[in-house]
Amino acid sequence: MENILGRVLPEYIEGYGEVKPFSGAFNNLGIKTKKQVSVKCVAPSEVKLVDSIKEALIKCEIKDGMTVSFHHHLRNGDYVLNMVMDEIAKMGIKDIKVAASSIFPVHAPLVEHIKNGVVTGIYANYMSGPVAEAVSRGLLKYPAIMHTHGGRARAIESGDLKIDIAFIAAPTCDEYGNINGVYGPSACGSLGYAIPDAMYAGRVVAITDNLVAYPACPIEISQEYVDFIVKVDSIGDPKGIVSGTTKITKDPVGLKIAKMATEVIEASGLLKDGFSFQTGAGGISLAVAKYVRDVMKKNGIKGSFAAGGITGYIVDMFEEGLFEALFDVQCFDLKAVESYRRNVAHQGMSASLYGNPHNKGAVVNRLDVMILGATEIDVNFNVNVTTGSDGVIMGGSGGHSDTAAGSKLAIVVTKLLKGRLPIVVDKVTTVTTPGETVDVIVTERGIAVNPRRQDLIEKLKETNLPIMTIEELKKLAENMVGTPEKIEFDDKVVAVVEYRDGTVIDVVKKVKE
Amino acid sequence: MKLRRTMLFMPGNNPGMIQNASILGADSVILDLEDAVSIDEKDAARMLVRNALSTLDFSGCEVVVRINSIQSDFGYDDLNVIARVKPDAILVPKATSDDIEEIDEILSIIEREEGFKLGSIKLFPLVETAIGLENIRETILASKRNIGVLLGAEDLTADMGIKRTREGNEIFYARNRVASICKAYKIDAIDTPFADVNDVEGLIEDTKRAKAIGMTGKAAINPRQIDYIHDVFSPSMEEIIYAKRVLKAKEEALKEGKGVFSLDGKMVDAPIIQRAENILLKAKLAGIIRE
Repeated sequence: MENILGRVLPEYIEGYGEVKPFSGAFNNLGIKTKKQVSVKCVAPSEVKLVDSIKEALIKCEIKDGMTVSFHHHLRNGDYVLNMVMDEIAKMGIKDIKVAASSIFPVHAPLVEHIKNGVVTGIYANYMSGPVAEAVSRGLLKYPAIMHTHGGRARAIESGDLKIDIAFIAAPTCDEYGNINGVYGPSACGSLGYAIPDAMYAGRVVAITDNLVAYPACPIEISQEYVDFIVKVDSIGDPKGIVSGTTKITKDPVGLKIAKMATEVIEASGLLKDGFSFQTGAGGISLAVAKYVRDVMKKNGIKGSFAAGGITGYIVDMFEEGLFEALFDVQCFDLKAVESYRRNVAHQGMSASLYGNPHNKGAVVNRLDVMILGATEIDVNFNVNVTTGSDGVIMGGSGGHSDTAAGSKLAIVVTKLLKGRLPIVVDKVTTVTTPGETVDVIVTERGIAVNPRRQDLIEKLKETNLPIMTIEELKKLAENMVGTPEKIEFDDKVVAVVEYRDGTVIDVVKKVKE
Repeated sequence: MKLRRTMLFMPGNNPGMIQNASILGADSVILDLEDAVSIDEKDAARMLVRNALSTLDFSGCEVVVRINSIQSDFGYDDLNVIARVKPDAILVPKATSDDIEEIDEILSIIEREEGFKLGSIKLFPLVETAIGLENIRETILASKRNIGVLLGAEDLTADMGIKRTREGNEIFYARNRVASICKAYKIDAIDTPFADVNDVEGLIEDTKRAKAIGMTGKAAINPRQIDYIHDVFSPSMEEIIYAKRVLKAKEEALKEGKGVFSLDGKMVDAPIIQRAENILLKAKLAGIIRE
């Protein structure tokens, strides 16, 4: 069958089940039901602190076929996923599904567990490195399921993703399970992605390297959700967790794109008092913040909030009074961690509050402007951030689809060519984010506006910006580098790309060896 | 009129940078085969620049190539290869009137051979020695292809044996001489680049000093310098509004049959009208106003 975007999908996928085809970004709302959670009550005399991960696994009654979850706040410095999975493997447990909000190169040991049948399934919102490559090569028994950040929260709350045991890397924790991310040698700030896991998993284990006296305040995840606590030597490598500072790119082409994107924002009329904004920590995206900051300062604009993963740069804007508040699902650098600890209006948010389409309104719904990246974008404005130019998984939506859907103006910023390949194509290798939620693409050589946004096209006509159709943009790129050869795939589905509402927007197939 | 507020130097041996040369916002780019390219890469850079000029679209951006001096081992080859793919202009290092005359003749031969319009490839002498500075008039008069002079202060101060400073008092005379002679022969006077790419304040001050004594543009050595230089050399909104009022007042005076008129109590004469027209033309070319 085909979904509304014309992507060919199987009706049933072994290890995934029946496929609900994507039918439009806002077609699956209405009344939704959250799942019931079983709670093992803790009596006053009971002790939650256990001696080892193994003991916690035994007490949680780990067995073949279970789903275990992890958050990715420790990013490429995370030790917890590997420690837990090694212990599970040692115990001879098989057929485990790993629900990690994201998977990084540091999780390379998972590949061995995949090969020997300890791990047979993966859920992730983003994956890069050896695990992503192993999935693309078809090593995982069942297809990986790729969520969005908001979609993962939705799947957990609805029961679509049933977590048996959640392992929560806890930068600071007390012996009764109160957790925060703002203190300790592995401080990472907000723990937004772990919150749905804590609330809905069958059992919850906190793993900490900073066990403090009760109560561990400020409490981000509270004792009422936590079954067991394990103290270990270290939960992560601080170098991989947060960078010291996040710097604006000096690449002149990136800066030019960022400047033009800012002119688009200005022309849209949204950059006024009450403005709300989100951008990534990467090169061009962060540079947009720099130019937006200049305009806000020059014109005395006082914004409402900035959201998302928060960088020191956004903290500077907040501290200069350019925003009233920050919504923070994840801190990207030490400055953000410090601000999150100190500022009351630097507000933490759970993944559900951030982007779940099936709650009573996520923060993304209140965003004016979102700056997005793209690996590929097609002439219908569908964006791929899941697979690379070789067809191998190298990312995933993260918050891409959630923020594109929620924001009033979703702008993709990208160079027109990457590594001699055109970014604008007829058909993207994988659809991550549907074109109906993407408004503008800004490249160094031209800007294309989604024809759905005639209002914006009219406004941009008043500027000196190089506005063209997306087909013209594609031709411009092809004139420089030609048309790349098509990637060849096997028939085997190696990953299912779920849209935030749980429908299937695309599948990733095994790359031909 | 061609705006040359900025002329951006780019190494002729860097394909990634050359590919993006036209989109960085400079009014002109100078693809450099001379100082930016080491001796063992001269041939490769020449080929790269030739191929870039024959395949890339530099739409809207003037492309100038700095060749090696024709007194060196590479200059003639540079000229013979590059002129055949028709750059907008050639920047001639340590230019003398003899060099310019000789290059003019070679270009005429190549233009005939390639079927280009005679005289279509222009020249920029680079003034970067004391003798070059003193003989600048003869150098300009040596060819009708000359459309501007670029002042190279680093080499000039080295030649003079004096120290180059952030304030630039040591090149006060050189700037004045270049600006004045260029104005006399109605060609552009392009100021020397500001070397510290991280000193934005210094760049802006330096650019203002150059503009104040009549330089018409400034060379840049980093794309990040372009916007700051343009801000100095582009007409300000106040200037544009005043220029529009002058021209409106002129129209009204013409309707009323007045030869002389005043605005805000000051008499407006031909030079003021000329200046207003220039400002509006510049503003239009710079994309600040639409018409």
